[in-house]
Amino acid sequence: MSDISPTIQPLGETALVLSVGAELAAQRRLWAAWHVLEHRLPQVEWVLGMGNLTAHFDPLATPSRVVIRALEGAWTHSAGVELMPGQIITLPVRYGGEYGPDLPVVAEHAGLTPREVAEAHAAGDYVVYCLGFLPGFAYLGGLDPRITAPRRADPRLAVPAGSVAIGGSQTGIYPMASPGGWQLIGHTGAALFDPYREIPGLLGPGDTVRFVIEDIA
Amino acid sequence: MTLLIRKPGPQSTVQDLGRTGYRFLGVPAGGACDAVALRIGNLLLGNPPDGAALEVALGGLELVFETHTRFALTGAAVGATLDGERVPGWHVVDAPAGAVLHLGYAARGARIYLNVAGGIDVPPVLGSRATGLLADLGGFKGRAVEAGDRLPLGEVDTLPPPCAVMAPGRGQVLRVLPGPEWAQLSREAQRTLLSSDWTVSPASNRMGARLGGPAVPLNDLAELDSHAVLPGVVQLPPSGQPILLLADAQTTGGYAKPLMVIEADLWRAAQFRPGEALRFVEVDMAQALAALAAQRQWLERIERSLQWQQRAST
Repeated sequence: MSDISPTIQPLGETALVLSVGAELAAQRRLWAAWHVLEHRLPQVEWVLGMGNLTAHFDPLATPSRVVIRALEGAWTHSAGVELMPGQIITLPVRYGGEYGPDLPVVAEHAGLTPREVAEAHAAGDYVVYCLGFLPGFAYLGGLDPRITAPRRADPRLAVPAGSVAIGGSQTGIYPMASPGGWQLIGHTGAALFDPYREIPGLLGPGDTVRFVIEDIA
Repeated sequence: MTLLIRKPGPQSTVQDLGRTGYRFLGVPAGGACDAVALRIGNLLLGNPPDGAALEVALGGLELVFETHTRFALTGAAVGATLDGERVPGWHVVDAPAGAVLHLGYAARGARIYLNVAGGIDVPPVLGSRATGLLADLGGFKGRAVEAGDRLPLGEVDTLPPPCAVMAPGRGQVLRVLPGPEWAQLSREAQRTLLSSDWTVSPASNRMGARLGGPAVPLNDLAELDSHAVLPGVVQLPPSGQPILLLADAQTTGGYAKPLMVIEADLWRAAQFRPGEALRFVEVDMAQALAALAAQRQWLERIERSLQWQQRAST
């Protein structure tokens, strides 16, 4: 693991980005570094990406050299850190039908039946790398390469909340209605984001998501 | 203690300085696109710095002050009347109960801020009263205001005395630092970005200003792993037409970031309206930090000058 050498680049005068590449082993170290940094420099806002970690700060209150040193230190010490295991979250999904109109598209692209696509999708353990794009939207790793599917040429103006979708080699769940270009294969009733919950996001970095087939239409 | 909306204009939302600490969950900071105008409006009225105001895109708003209060208009220059009498911007103005405020369309700039004594008192959600349109979060029912809405106002013991500040000048130029992907662009692409007039497109909103101009040649700039983006980032999608991110920008993105508008100029970035042209001029890190320090000092001077005016009138 010590062979991963991070780069640290400025993003304007108020942010610094540590990049290491989006492999799971590197991401695990980023989670460890993130937890440490949240305590070490709480005045800085830390944002995880896929293989990167961004610090957003007031450069007149916290000089960038202080943030750089903290990032370097936290990354170095993240090697070999034992992380607390994340939660395992099970999401029931109704595949196909009204809320999964693109299931046949994905099936045809994969050369499988719609049922085989649903079964392949529900067989995986998906790791939450980070959240972004929409409040509560999780970037998930672990999609079966057989069921990857290109994004729609014509993005939908309104994808319903709870839609389970595949875009390229990624799968995800739309936490709220939004425009979107991914292929919709199903729907879950779980509330992924609720600002009035103590922890507003259902999923957090390091959690594992399992999809369970509720039915296949 | 309410404001009754009669005409909402194209898009008027309750905004404060935004929410911090939830980006890791995908919740943008949001808040006023022109935070300087919001801050000065709050200083004029003696509100806390993060008091909530109405951000009015382009104008067209009409409302009734249902109780006697005082207000200030900051941000874009707009022809405004109170019961038919012209009211100046960047001034504390007295509004008798029942007075009707009418905003025309902005003469210069894009976003007008209506601050009222006591602030707009909607309940904070995730630590802020800002309306997050992306997730129907906070503000007034999580949406832009509509005709018939009654916005609650905070209680105040005494109304602020009349006082005023000079409006800052926006200019046509935004100062930028090179972004993480700047060095990967060709000389031609770099020249195009820094030497062109960029026209703000009508498809712009609180998430970002789409900029029209010559296509920036991307060559074979790779798609990036998703990473944090911030207001002020200039993104370059495959179309070669840049997008300047504003307050409601999503927390993560995957496009190249050739430029980053400096913090001190974010308010200017929010004040270009569709059809107006802007230019980017490159500065270095030391200049960006000096500009930020100078802006903070300027705001402190305004605060002190207002304290004098307020003391002198009591």
